[in-house]
Formats: sequence, C-alpha cells, structure tokens
Amino acid sequence: MRNFLHFLLRHNFTFLFILFEIIAFLLIVTYNQDQRDKYLGSSSKVTGSLYKTINNIDEYLSLKKVNEDLANENAFLRSQMPTSFSQSKDYFTLVGDSTTTNQYKYRSCKVVNNTVRKHFNYITLSKGSKDGIKSDMGVLSNKGIVGIVIQCSDNYSTALSLLNPRLKISAKLKESDFFGSVSWDNKSTQHVILDEIPEHANVNIGDQVITSGYSSTFPEGILIGTVDQVNHPEGESFFRIKVKLSVDFSQLKYVEVVENIYQKQQKQLEEESKQ
Amino acid sequence: MISLVPRYIFNFIFFVLLQTLILNKIEFSGYINPYLYVLFILTLPFETPGWLLLVLASILGLSIDIFSNTIGMHMAASLLLAFLRPFILMRIAPRDNYELGTLPLPSFYGFPWFFKYSAILVFIHHLFYFIIESFSLQNIIEILLKTTLSTIFTMVIMGVTLLFSYQKKRRI
Repeated sequence: MRNFLHFLLRHNFTFLFILFEIIAFLLIVTYNQDQRDKYLGSSSKVTGSLYKTINNIDEYLSLKKVNEDLANENAFLRSQMPTSFSQSKDYFTLVGDSTTTNQYKYRSCKVVNNTVRKHFNYITLSKGSKDGIKSDMGVLSNKGIVGIVIQCSDNYSTALSLLNPRLKISAKLKESDFFGSVSWDNKSTQHVILDEIPEHANVNIGDQVITSGYSSTFPEGILIGTVDQVNHPEGESFFRIKVKLSVDFSQLKYVEVVENIYQKQQKQLEEESKQ
Repeated sequence: MISLVPRYIFNFIFFVLLQTLILNKIEFSGYINPYLYVLFILTLPFETPGWLLLVLASILGLSIDIFSNTIGMHMAASLLLAFLRPFILMRIAPRDNYELGTLPLPSFYGFPWFFKYSAILVFIHHLFYFIIESFSLQNIIEILLKTTLSTIFTMVIMGVTLLFSYQKKRRI
C-alpha cells in the first residue's frame, strides 16, 4: 500500500493529467451532441461486435446440427430435382389430396417458329405430347396471353396465335367486369378487337382487358391488353373496342403452356347440359 | 514571483476575452481557427508546479469552452498541452539551462527558441483539439490540413501579440 502511494505521489503529474483528461472527456460526451452520438455509436459498435463474436462461437458449437439439417434439406431438394422424376424434364406433379391439388399446371416452352404478318398466324413450340402438352392448352408469356395449342407431335406443338382470326377468347374489362370476346381483325399486329361489351358499360381508354375465366383454357385474370379506342357502330347495342396487346408478338421468345386439369370435366359437363 | 500573479490574472482574462470575442469569429473557409489562448499556458513561469499547470490549463480551457459552447473540448486539448510543456521545455533547453527569474518568452531566450517551443506545443494542441472536434480518425487528412493551417495562423497572431508586449515585458 505504501509503495503504491509512493508510486502515485512520484507520478502525481501524470495521474493528475489522466484524471483531468477523463473529466474533460466525460464533459465532452455529456454536453456535446455530436460527440455523444459518435461515442454511443462506437460503443454500441463495440458491444455489437462482442455479440457477433459470441454468436460466431455459438454457431461453431452447433455446427454439427446445422450440418445434419443441411444434409437433410439437400436430400429433400435432390428428390425434387427434375432428374429424379421418371417422366420428362419440366413435368412435375404436386402430391396432395384432391382438395388441395393445383388446378393449373405450367410448363415453360421455347418459341421455335412464329409468324405475325400472315392472315392466319401460328406459333411452334419446342415441346410436344412427350412433355405432356395436349391440344386446347393455353399459351401465355410473362406479359400476357399468347394463344392456344391446337396440335401436338411428339416433340413439338403448334398453337393458334392471338393474331389469328380463328381464335376467339373470352375476355372482360378488369374495372367493370363486363365480358365479351377478343379476336383479331387482321389489321395491326399490336391490336385486337374486344366485342360484345354492352353499350351501357362504362369503358375508359387505358382500362385493362383480362381473361374472364369462363373458358376452360385460361385461368381468370391474365392480361390481354389495354383499351386503346372505343367505337360504337351505328345500329348496334355493343361497343367495338380496340385493345392494345400487352404482348409484343414479334419478339416472342419464351412462353408458358398452362394446363387446366379440370378442363375435360368442365367441357364434358357443358356438352351434356346442352343436349 | 508573487508580483507576477496579478499580471497573469490579467493575462488570463485578456486571452479568454480575445479568444471568445474576436478570434472565435474568424473562420476562413472553415479551415483556419486560431486558438491564441494557449499563449497563456506557454508563458507561465518555468517554476510553476505541475499540478498548478494542469489546474490552470483546465480552468482556462473550460472558460473558453463555456463561451464557445464546446464543453470539455478545449479543456482536454489544453490539458494535454500543459502536460507536455515540461517535457518539451526539458528537450529544447539552451546549453546553460534556464536562468532563475526568467520566463519562457522570446525576450529572454530569443525568437528562434520561442518559435520552436511554441510551434511544437501549438501543433499538438490544435491536432488534439481537431481530433476531439471530429471525434473520429476517418477524415484524418482534413484534420491534418486544418491543424497545419490553424497552427500557422496562430503562430502569426502570437508573434504579433508578443511584439506588442515586447517592450513592456522587458522591464520586468
């Protein structure tokens, strides 16, 4: 103790200086907003890095369990990979009971051939009946509706493009829910005609036109285009609406084929009730 | 020795007022902030005991702080200056050491000696102050630039101040 006091006395200048400096710094961080913010920030950085270090050690200790979990997850994911299915590359089935099955299945396809300037335009897709494609399936791109599959070979299928007067698709106005049918009028590759919208409907330019979901081919709510021009032919009680397509058909590259699992059921029932 | 006390009290008040009322208003593009008040600590007698040096430095720094709203910052910087003063004085002592009854002033030991003595301490003081002011070493280049420019400016004002008091102090 005596030695310690001696030591203190001998270096009183230094200790006094340190004491005063500590007081000064306490004053600085108490009374100066800027410095206090930085002090608190850096001190939280210190505690933060401490927590991080502890966390790292903790993680290291639990590495074995994490490894096990990862291995399990790997096995699970591997079992879901396309190669673990015997059928085809993009075909997959969701397992579940009948109340939870998906109604629509999507398969991605590449557009192999496509015309836009002919009177009747067709699209050729890179997948066929081998990959589960059947006729009457819908074709979509990420921007909107493209057409309907009409014929399939083993490895290819052809689809009616929306730019084909033979195709008629049930559509509706998104805002007002009035429905009609969309078909091509053989004029512009960027426009189709929406017919059968009653004249008391409120149609504005820019309104979205989407699929109605009444046909068994397409799910409801897929974009077709936007209203570009509204005509009211004399003597008719329907609007003739020019719709600007959301899909640029001249640049079509990848599409998706949508399959409605209940299509057959719906069609059969509709046929039966007509008779 | 006792006869010096009223003069140092006058010096203390003079430097605090000069610093807070005039020099703190000078801010050339934010880079030049002269802190002349350190001259008070620099000119204290050689025989001043260490504790008194520290106490005076902290009171001086704190009074500047109170006026310029930077509580503790000038105090910390001038404390460092007071702490380093004896070591610097020891280092640059003339060959036949300091004579009794003299003060660390150019009138006793010449301008070159005083310049060396004050330049080192003023630079350290300014550097420490600007580091505390920004409270981080991230923009150290800017701090160094600010320190250098302010030190030069402080030294110039210091020279002018000493020239004014040259005759008066010689008579002591």
